[in-house]
Amino acid sequence: MTAARDPVPLALEIRGLTTSFATAEGVVRAVDGIDLELRTGEVLGLVGESGSGKSVALRSLVRLVRAPGRIEGQALWLGRDLIAMPEADLLEVRGKEIAMIFQEPMTALNPVLTVRQQIDENLKAHTGLGRAERARRAIELLDLVGIPSAAERLNDYPHQFSGGMRQRVMIAIALASEPRLLLADEPTTALDVTIQDQILKLLLELRDRLGMSVILVTHDLGVVAQTCDRVAVMYAGRIMEVGPVVELFRNPRHAYTWGLLGSIPGAGAVRQPLRSIEGTPPSLADLPPGCAFAPRCAFVTDACRQGRPALVAVGPDHRSACVHHDRVARSDPAA
Amino acid sequence: MRAAALESRAVGRLRRQVRAPLITGALIIGLSLVLAALPGWFAPYDPLAFDYAALLQPPSLAHPFGTDNFGRDILSRVIWGYRLDMQIAFFGTVFPILFGCLIGALVGYYGGWPDVVFGRVVDAVITFPFLVLVIAIVAVLGPGLINMYIAVGVVGWVFYARLLRAEIRIQKQQDYASAGKVMGYGDARIILRHLLPNAITPVLVFWMTDMALVILLGSSLGYLGLGAQPPAAEWGVLIADGKNFMSTAWWISIFPGLAIVLTGLGFSLIGDGIADLLRPQR
Repeated sequence: MTAARDPVPLALEIRGLTTSFATAEGVVRAVDGIDLELRTGEVLGLVGESGSGKSVALRSLVRLVRAPGRIEGQALWLGRDLIAMPEADLLEVRGKEIAMIFQEPMTALNPVLTVRQQIDENLKAHTGLGRAERARRAIELLDLVGIPSAAERLNDYPHQFSGGMRQRVMIAIALASEPRLLLADEPTTALDVTIQDQILKLLLELRDRLGMSVILVTHDLGVVAQTCDRVAVMYAGRIMEVGPVVELFRNPRHAYTWGLLGSIPGAGAVRQPLRSIEGTPPSLADLPPGCAFAPRCAFVTDACRQGRPALVAVGPDHRSACVHHDRVARSDPAA
Repeated sequence: MRAAALESRAVGRLRRQVRAPLITGALIIGLSLVLAALPGWFAPYDPLAFDYAALLQPPSLAHPFGTDNFGRDILSRVIWGYRLDMQIAFFGTVFPILFGCLIGALVGYYGGWPDVVFGRVVDAVITFPFLVLVIAIVAVLGPGLINMYIAVGVVGWVFYARLLRAEIRIQKQQDYASAGKVMGYGDARIILRHLLPNAITPVLVFWMTDMALVILLGSSLGYLGLGAQPPAAEWGVLIADGKNFMSTAWWISIFPGLAIVLTGLGFSLIGDGIADLLRPQR
């Protein structure tokens, strides 16, 4: 629809991505048929509450879902389907073309290997560099992510770094092979706000310098506002709304987004009571018919329960799966 | 600066405390290995030579550990015993550890039906008392050290496999394992280079304990006549030799017994030391 007008080529095209787990209570769809595209050089935010499926969606893209998880649908990476390609081909794509960073820098680094060994391993696996070049590159990478006296810290173990530095190390390792897509799974959630800010700025800077595309999973709308070009809002494994960050924050067209934005404490002059979203997210094993958000929605009508609303264009490059996107548009989220 | 100095001093003290058992254990085992390597240099007499002029001599300057009922020098026999019993400690554990780690790592990493089968095998083996199972196998194969190694290997791998399987399962849930996958590393690399070093600590600790246990087992079998065969100087055989003389010539059994205790202690101390040393850094 809107993608047709798009001048920027697509890096990743996700079609009907579904990740399901067979549980005692039946089949649970952690990711439920999401459609999404990522443009080259873009930072796409994927936001949602805990359990909304955003992390699973991200991991599904590189098939990092443990049994009994099942991934279906398509994820076309530069024309090749990541979901359908043979394991051997996927090993080539992982690390080389697509890298990932994790939430907990403490556990995402191997505690028994030095930083040098971990960077070197990735360089060895994905570049043709010789030993001396790899050593030089390792220092460059630590420099790039802003680790002071990089050369001296190369032989340190992960536990010798602080949380923020560890996250930088992880980014350096992930970037060693110069990936074209970086999947960031809540990379700043475990960090305090000032460090978070530094890491996000670093990601943006690296995106510009290396021309990567980034998918950033977070539950923090502030992070999205600061970092992302576009944002997709997830709820119960589905995409509720997707659009450019400024547009989506200014004119939310989904009742869920509207509720989320209303529940952020503003720093404005006029103090208003916070409006929270009533209730809790539904059990994935027992989703309501129709819109998954209907039971908690302030705009709900019978129409919402009639069937799963499709994502429809509601503005330039802006799509929403809300039956009442017009009514939402007319309501002030702060009211 | 001062705080840092204080801290580094505290860390230094902690290190020394942690290392004390390791160093003690290493000294004991190091000495044992030297004795095992060169018993001829240290033993004052031929361990098998009878001396009818010196039967059942109590400890003296000529025979520090005394002599047995054939006039054999107990000290020499204990020293030669090091050769046999250190061999038992090694060969009695090396096959279980290799095979056990291989199986444990594979079922721990891949899971699935082999893991279920493995669980049942473990249950079956653990249901039997270890010693009884080993004795049963040796009884079928016939007495002797080689058959003892076979028997211990058939049973012992289960314990290593169980340990490593559990540890690998924990480690593979860690993000760094996922990170390795996303970096496009193959399974073999992830298991060997990433998971194993993080998972092997309890196995190494158990290995040390197990060497002590295997020496005890070897001695027990030797005592029962199912392990090393007389007149070989093996500590269990030595103790068995002295059992009829316990009230009159205690030294025949006591000194090899002490050697067993000391060696077992050495391995245990090393095990403790390794456990402390390799404990995940905070």
